[in-house]
Amino acid sequence: MNQFSAARVAADSTAHDKEFLVFSLGGEEYAVDILKVQEIRGYENVTRIANAPDFIKGVANLRGVIVPIVDLRIKFRLTDIEYNTQTVVIVVNIEDRVVGIVVDGVSDVMTLKPDQIKPAPEFGVSMPVDYLSGLGNLEDRMLVLVDIEKLLTSDEMALVEKAAE
Amino acid sequence: MAVGLDLDAPDPEHLNAIFRAAHSIKGGAGTFGLDLLQRTTHLLENLLDHTRHGELTLRRDIVDIFLETKDMLQDQMDAYRAGEEPDPEAFERICKVLQQLALEEIGEPGTAIPAAAPPAADTATAPQPETEAAAVPEQAEDASQDAGAGNRLEVILLGVEEKDRDLLVSELGQLGEIISRDGDSERYRVIMASTASADDIEAVMCFIAEPEQLEIRALAAEQAIPATTPATAPAVAAEAGPPEDSEATPAAKVATPATPAKPAAAAKGGSETTSIRVPVTKVDQIINLVGELIITQSMLNEMTDDVAGTAASRMATGLNLLQRNARDLQEAVMSIRMVPMDYVFSRFPRLTRDLAAKLDKEIELVTEGKSTELDKGLTERIIDPLTHLVRNSLDHGIEDPATREAAGKPRVGQLTLSAQHQGGNILIEVIDDGAGLNREKILEKARSSGIAVSDNMSDEDVWQLIFAPGFSTAVEVSDVSGRGVGMDVVKRNIQAMGGHVEILSETGRGTRTRIVLPLTLAILDGMSIRVGAEVFILPVSAVIESLQPRKEDLYAMTGGDLLLKIREDYLPLIAVHQALDIVDAGTEPTEGITVVVQGEGKRYALLVDELIGQQQVVVKNLETNYRKVPGVSAATILGDGSVALILDIADLHRLSQRKRKGGPFDANRTETKSLKEVELS
Repeated sequence: MNQFSAARVAADSTAHDKEFLVFSLGGEEYAVDILKVQEIRGYENVTRIANAPDFIKGVANLRGVIVPIVDLRIKFRLTDIEYNTQTVVIVVNIEDRVVGIVVDGVSDVMTLKPDQIKPAPEFGVSMPVDYLSGLGNLEDRMLVLVDIEKLLTSDEMALVEKAAE
Repeated sequence: MAVGLDLDAPDPEHLNAIFRAAHSIKGGAGTFGLDLLQRTTHLLENLLDHTRHGELTLRRDIVDIFLETKDMLQDQMDAYRAGEEPDPEAFERICKVLQQLALEEIGEPGTAIPAAAPPAADTATAPQPETEAAAVPEQAEDASQDAGAGNRLEVILLGVEEKDRDLLVSELGQLGEIISRDGDSERYRVIMASTASADDIEAVMCFIAEPEQLEIRALAAEQAIPATTPATAPAVAAEAGPPEDSEATPAAKVATPATPAKPAAAAKGGSETTSIRVPVTKVDQIINLVGELIITQSMLNEMTDDVAGTAASRMATGLNLLQRNARDLQEAVMSIRMVPMDYVFSRFPRLTRDLAAKLDKEIELVTEGKSTELDKGLTERIIDPLTHLVRNSLDHGIEDPATREAAGKPRVGQLTLSAQHQGGNILIEVIDDGAGLNREKILEKARSSGIAVSDNMSDEDVWQLIFAPGFSTAVEVSDVSGRGVGMDVVKRNIQAMGGHVEILSETGRGTRTRIVLPLTLAILDGMSIRVGAEVFILPVSAVIESLQPRKEDLYAMTGGDLLLKIREDYLPLIAVHQALDIVDAGTEPTEGITVVVQGEGKRYALLVDELIGQQQVVVKNLETNYRKVPGVSAATILGDGSVALILDIADLHRLSQRKRKGGPFDANRTETKSLKEVELS
């Protein structure tokens, strides 16, 4: 099993600095709050779930916990989707749930100061603006900050059963 | 236990067991200074003793009294555990009843309760609440066993009148050898050598003195278990205030009628060692880790093929050992959380008996599947809803003997409680052979309550109406229940556990209430099947047989349904690959394997490619991190670490029906038809 825990840089940063895990989707750089990330692992042994949307690849066993695996590349209609030993699954914790998201790759962990975070763009990225929490501005890079919780609990992800009233 | 007694010819062993239990409770109560409990048990024990020796013939009413006493004891125990004093009035009442019984039946009054010392409810120092009830009898057992030959005992009499004192001392003389005696009426010390245990001595002395007037202490230093000798120091009777178990000041306070002293509980440690309370999450974590261990182990096993030479056989031996240990470990961890349904069912014989007597009905209770294991957390939560359903069945379902006879039924109504695993669910049923639900009445009632109903509703939907809040069709609501009063609560409780309730009823034939609960955790005997390249698990309990169908046994129906004729039955054939969109699976029924399965009382034939084998699997809830999947009840983890889905047969059938109809399948549909609850809020 090729998995390694996401490095958590020590808390020498000030309260306002936030750390983000940077991942790539179709040539764009996205980032999620590192505190939501549980671990990063390879894509293997995913059991298909019938009659589920195509971006839900199925469920996998994560140390005895059964975790749904969502491929964001399919969800956001990217092309050239491959599954190989390089395919990465970011395991995130949202609302007491554990979900794995498949991305093209994970690059690094970045620290952003509050003044480096700008409002989210209105368009121009693969992901709907509703699920973005801002833009991270670095000297030579631009990170799209994803509100992963909002994204994964949204109705269109069909991951969470809405409590029947 | 008394419920099961054969009144005409009680089994002496049975009686002895009851007697011993009562005796143990008494001893334990004495040990911890649970005064009222001790005195009540004492009376009961006396009567049981006479019964045991055949001097008292058991009758139904006597057993009733015994049972009532048992309830009383339970209440007292609960009160003590909560750190309160039991209800003195109830205590007085039960004592009177027991004494009366003793007087009438045997002609000897039980130990008179001296009116001089009414139990006071405003005294402090109840035993420490963490004293486990279970530990009490054990302690008592120890106490009665540690009667070594000629233990030296110190018996201290507190505030005993002189005339009583002589009596007591002579009693003590019967039990052993008096070595020395001194003191006054406030505190009188007797040193004796006796083979009797402190318990026995106390039991004898109880006839004359109040337990709190006694202190019995073993002088022998080699007492293994100090807690077994009641070293109860009476504490100062505090003015009504919160019990303080931190320090009860022992004071040689005279127990006078005005200020009765209460013994402080000398609940030492040791009772906690018998069990340990652990949060469920910790257990779950262990279960997951053990599962991973087993998977890692099977991974290693596969690697042994690559090892050459002498190391290979040594490694194989080691790995086999590891495998066995890991499996044992897994089983042990799993069993921590599981309790048999008997834990729940065992409370019903008594309830049924009492209610039947109250309602003048004749009821026979049958339980099935007592050994079905269920998560402990669920068993505790299912008790209340189940109790309610049983009461309903007894009160409204089963008719009185006369009505039954008139209807050509046996006088004795039958109430069946059953439990079984079904497709990763547990199915608990309450079945009565009573009058059944009255469709007209329910509809009428629904209309008057302003619920929208129509006359052509299916029966199933009509029965669901009784789960509406405040819905009752009882002509007059008895004090037992009104069918419907609280049924909404039953439904809510069950839904809160992730289950659902169904009612099947037939007028004149009876009612069957079915509770289906998902197993948050259970071990399931699974049959693994292959369809295409995918592996699924079927609960073995649902599998009836498997066969390869012949062409002439297949009947195509209009609408594309296939029926398979097996002996005299025509079963719907479910093509699993079709229901679950599996490519590259065999589609020709005559070439694959057909498994005959049962789900929700109906039988189906499943078309699969291959039966792989049987194994025990850990049921994992899919809904923890995902959602309900149509046709699937839960998931499990296979030996190679991959996830396999456990199929829900009835749901699978519904799914294949929907897909057959060619309608767009709504992947977001979360509730299947059977789970459709008529919402009436």
